[in-house]
Amino acid sequence: MSNKPKKLIEKGKRLDGRKVDELRPIKIEVGILKRADGSCYMELGGSKVIAAVYGPRAVHPRHLQEATQVIIRYRYDMASFSVKERKRPGPDRRSIEISKVSREALEPVILKEYFPRSVIDIFVEILQADAGTRTVGINASSVALADAGIPMRGIVSSCAVGKVDGEVVLDLTGEEDNYGEADMPIAMTQEGKITLLQMDGNFTKEEFTRAIELAKKGCKEIYEIQRNALISKYEGVNNV
Amino acid sequence: MKLVIPGDLLSDDAKKAGEGTYVSSGRVYASIYGILDRKELRVIPLFGKYMPHTGDTVIGKVVDISFSNWIIDINSPYEALLHISEHPDRIYPFDMGRHLDIGDLFIAKVKDIDATMRVDLTLENFSPLRNGRVIEISHTRIPRVIGRGGSMINLLKKELDCNIFVGQNGRIWVHGEEDDMDMAIQTLLKIERESHTPGLTDMIREMIITEKKGKRK
Repeated sequence: MSNKPKKLIEKGKRLDGRKVDELRPIKIEVGILKRADGSCYMELGGSKVIAAVYGPRAVHPRHLQEATQVIIRYRYDMASFSVKERKRPGPDRRSIEISKVSREALEPVILKEYFPRSVIDIFVEILQADAGTRTVGINASSVALADAGIPMRGIVSSCAVGKVDGEVVLDLTGEEDNYGEADMPIAMTQEGKITLLQMDGNFTKEEFTRAIELAKKGCKEIYEIQRNALISKYEGVNNV
Repeated sequence: MKLVIPGDLLSDDAKKAGEGTYVSSGRVYASIYGILDRKELRVIPLFGKYMPHTGDTVIGKVVDISFSNWIIDINSPYEALLHISEHPDRIYPFDMGRHLDIGDLFIAKVKDIDATMRVDLTLENFSPLRNGRVIEISHTRIPRVIGRGGSMINLLKKELDCNIFVGQNGRIWVHGEEDDMDMAIQTLLKIERESHTPGLTDMIREMIITEKKGKRK
């Protein structure tokens, strides 16, 4: 790829005009799918995602069920039109791995012992991808889980941090991800307990600490937006 | 009233923790998304699946017949069992379908639930529901359909000339004249849609009266 821009950060501003510690514009809509028990549409800049939650419901095939707690199935799937070059539809190595880590990012907050012998299915469809799709998927499904009335210890928020032109930045875009030096998606609860941490690239020890701090700030902002999206669905109730 | 989401801190008094909450290091947090009831420190759900409780009256649907049990769908993640001996008549296992067949709806009571969520039912009404209609709404809206001290359900029964039975699992049986049933179902669906608005009983009363006037003309 030769169309690499010369500089990804110029005078403290990034290619899309953001500061280094700024998130892309976020849009969240709750309960957009009628047939799902809980659903959420979320946009983070160019990344657009739909999450649907079904359950708790009976487990099929039956041998997967657990006698003491609910099991959780998470499916991350990219639409064939979500990227520039057509993506071959269906699960592949990458999406299977993302499904696993995303499931594990949400599992610790779900009060699983409330629903023995049942399953919660989470489906995440990436409609348009521009870096950070797994974090958007986690954010959206965590809102969809709350919308489905599933008991949880809290809401999980997630964002990516990375290194671009030697600087630690929040919420990378596709270009920054491709030409940058590091990309690190993080998910955490509102108290700051980390449930997902992956890294591609290199950070020094100092950069890593800075990156975690930045991610905490980003997750906090996302948490407020998630919260507002849920509350505003029944806005009238608050004024009673 | 106030909306809360999972993880919201509700109180420092762990002893008061009610439904829809959890306790972590002595503090009470909301575990579900819903409306906070400050008095009893519980969260009233707005969404979610019906979880059976002992003593609930529900409307069940026969989905299968096994050797000595009817297998019943109660609009919940768990299927319920109705044992052959719960029926007042002496029935032979090969004859079960004649009394309650697959697809039949009937009113039942939750007799017992064990730790693995095996649900046992007992019959409330011995014959299946053969006439009228059954609709399904979210079980979280059922308290609104009944109203405080039964105010809403009594209003509906009186004004709509229908016999209405409300199951705790979100299924409602309506029986009456065709026109009355149409209107009853429309009203019930309206209650489900607008269950979070205050003064709902009065609003529904007005709606029914104006609708009735329109019909007479």
